[in-house]
Amino acid sequence: MTGEQIIFLIVALFTLGSALMVVTTRNLIHAALWLVATLFGVAVIYALLNAGFMAVVQVVVYIGAIAILFIFAVMLTRKDLRDNTPQTNKNWWGGALLAVLTFAGLVFTLQGWSGFSKTAAAVPSGFDAISQLGDQLTSPAAYVLPFEVASVLLLAALVGAVYIAFNKK
Amino acid sequence: MNFWNDPLKVAAVWLEGIFTGWGMDAVFAHVLVVFLGVFLLITLLMVLDIFLVWIERKVVARFQDRIGPNRLGPFGLIQPFADIIKLIIKEDTTPDGADKVVYNLAPILSMMSVLILWAVVPLAPVMLGIDLNVGVLFVIAAGAIGTLSIIMAGWSSNNKFAMIGGFRQVAVMVAFEVPMLAMLMIPTIFAGSMNMNAIIEAQSVWFFFISPLAALIFLIAAIAELGRAPFDLAEGESELVAGFNIEYSGMKFGMFYAGELLHAFTFGGFWSILFFGGYRFFGLEQVSPFLAILILIIKAMLGYWVIMWVKYTMMRIRIDQMLGFNWKFLTPLSFALVLVTALMNTLLRGADSWLFVTGMFLSNVVVGWIALEIARSVARKERERVEGPTKVVEAHH
Amino acid sequence: MIPLSWYLILAAALFGIGLFGVLVRRNAVAILLGVELMLNAVNINLVAFWRYGDVTSMAGQVFAIIVFAVAAAEVSVGLALVISVYRRRNTVIADELDLLKW
Repeated sequence: MTGEQIIFLIVALFTLGSALMVVTTRNLIHAALWLVATLFGVAVIYALLNAGFMAVVQVVVYIGAIAILFIFAVMLTRKDLRDNTPQTNKNWWGGALLAVLTFAGLVFTLQGWSGFSKTAAAVPSGFDAISQLGDQLTSPAAYVLPFEVASVLLLAALVGAVYIAFNKK
Repeated sequence: MNFWNDPLKVAAVWLEGIFTGWGMDAVFAHVLVVFLGVFLLITLLMVLDIFLVWIERKVVARFQDRIGPNRLGPFGLIQPFADIIKLIIKEDTTPDGADKVVYNLAPILSMMSVLILWAVVPLAPVMLGIDLNVGVLFVIAAGAIGTLSIIMAGWSSNNKFAMIGGFRQVAVMVAFEVPMLAMLMIPTIFAGSMNMNAIIEAQSVWFFFISPLAALIFLIAAIAELGRAPFDLAEGESELVAGFNIEYSGMKFGMFYAGELLHAFTFGGFWSILFFGGYRFFGLEQVSPFLAILILIIKAMLGYWVIMWVKYTMMRIRIDQMLGFNWKFLTPLSFALVLVTALMNTLLRGADSWLFVTGMFLSNVVVGWIALEIARSVARKERERVEGPTKVVEAHH
Repeated sequence: MIPLSWYLILAAALFGIGLFGVLVRRNAVAILLGVELMLNAVNINLVAFWRYGDVTSMAGQVFAIIVFAVAAAEVSVGLALVISVYRRRNTVIADELDLLKW
């Protein structure tokens, strides 16, 4: 058990534990805060995968914007201040069964793949992931078209969200 | 490497030698030395925080034409210690119906988000917490955690004023992150990297002279991020009692208050690193890291003084005016500035240093002028719509 | 060294938990929380395959960044819809939003 493996196990347990709390806790604000913990765990996983830029962008975009949006939405859609109604609907055993089957199916399918247990090659020295990422996102021979389409998508989402949620007096 | 050139490495090697001499594992000794380094930095920052309280009170007094605390110790230097003792011995209340875990976690997260910023501040050419190659983006990430702590504080206090104050403060912080992020791109364009050390190394001419408009917009966005006047609607006493920290008393309030001052000092430091050359001062920083730290602290103090000057001179702005200012003026202006800067940087890339500086400076002035003219014409149309066209008074001979 | 299987199992587990959240929760905002967990699981998968494959080809990270953008857009529009529905029908329990049912 090398140190890296121990760190991975701790972070993975933290992430999965927080995710379980997200989907089972009754108080929705607590669920949103447990989501923040889960997203932070995922950011640490990205850092373990040598994707430092992704880790920081995860914190900025998910925790700094999306989680706060969730907290605002929970606060704006509450009828009373204490939620003590049951949070799961009457088919919860079916949902649990389906989730477990999905997990088992995914793992079983991947196990048959030859590269399932391969270890990571070392990152070539002097490899600057960020400048390479910037090159790929803006060069016409690479992924500039999905990048531009994503920006149009964000513009449409921005306009749409403002229009839908606008409180016309 | 002797002590004066690289103090931290010498100390770390010496300590690791002692620890392994006691029979500790080498990796474990290294981790312990790193922890000791972090502990030392945080201790020094908290001691600095205490003196920031003193500086703040003396400076605000001078702006208001009075003297400030001068009874305790020479020049009132013991005053902040008295403040801290008062805050510690105050009763630690938790409001009825508050969410205890979230309520107690919020001031800790708020202080944490300020302290982790110092991991990427380059104190000297060889003294840096972590040499992240996304150092600039890390600043925004730490700000995101600070935003989260404020909404936690506002919600968990079980108090309507706290919630409204928290909502407003978070709306302002999330809004002003956009121009701040765009203005952080400008030193990145000039330096070709997001690494803090690389940005300082690229400042043979300070970026303030190359792109003054970027420095100005970054300052405005940073003051709004800090929640200080003129953007402190969330915690103005006459507006909302004390905003999100109404229900906090004792040391928890002290954490919010001292955290805000340290945050302001940190952003003074970032302003000086990104636009005023950081620890560079005509080659003095190569002499010794201690001199570099001193230069950085002096520049950060000057930046902090500018932030305090703005706070104690300007009036508070209303929340809808703040958000309108951001979304209708600052954000388009900052995007236009990034476009113009990238264009001019590509055009002038191989040019002579003087041509580069003058070209960029003029392009900044032009962009700022056009933005102000557009703002003026929009304001004039608005005024004429409300009041009617201004009558031209004829001069009587 | 950490084998690739560990990351894939973590992502599959996170996906399963998110699926459980979507299928089982009553509140519409909580359903969207489950969707967020699923999107994060997908992202972990993409970045893990980037790292354990050819590190110099950035396709995995580019895809993950596009997924970030899509997730942000989806959350903002979804929550705007939920808030708008709450204003009209004064409820966000998914079982009670059944006007279109026959």
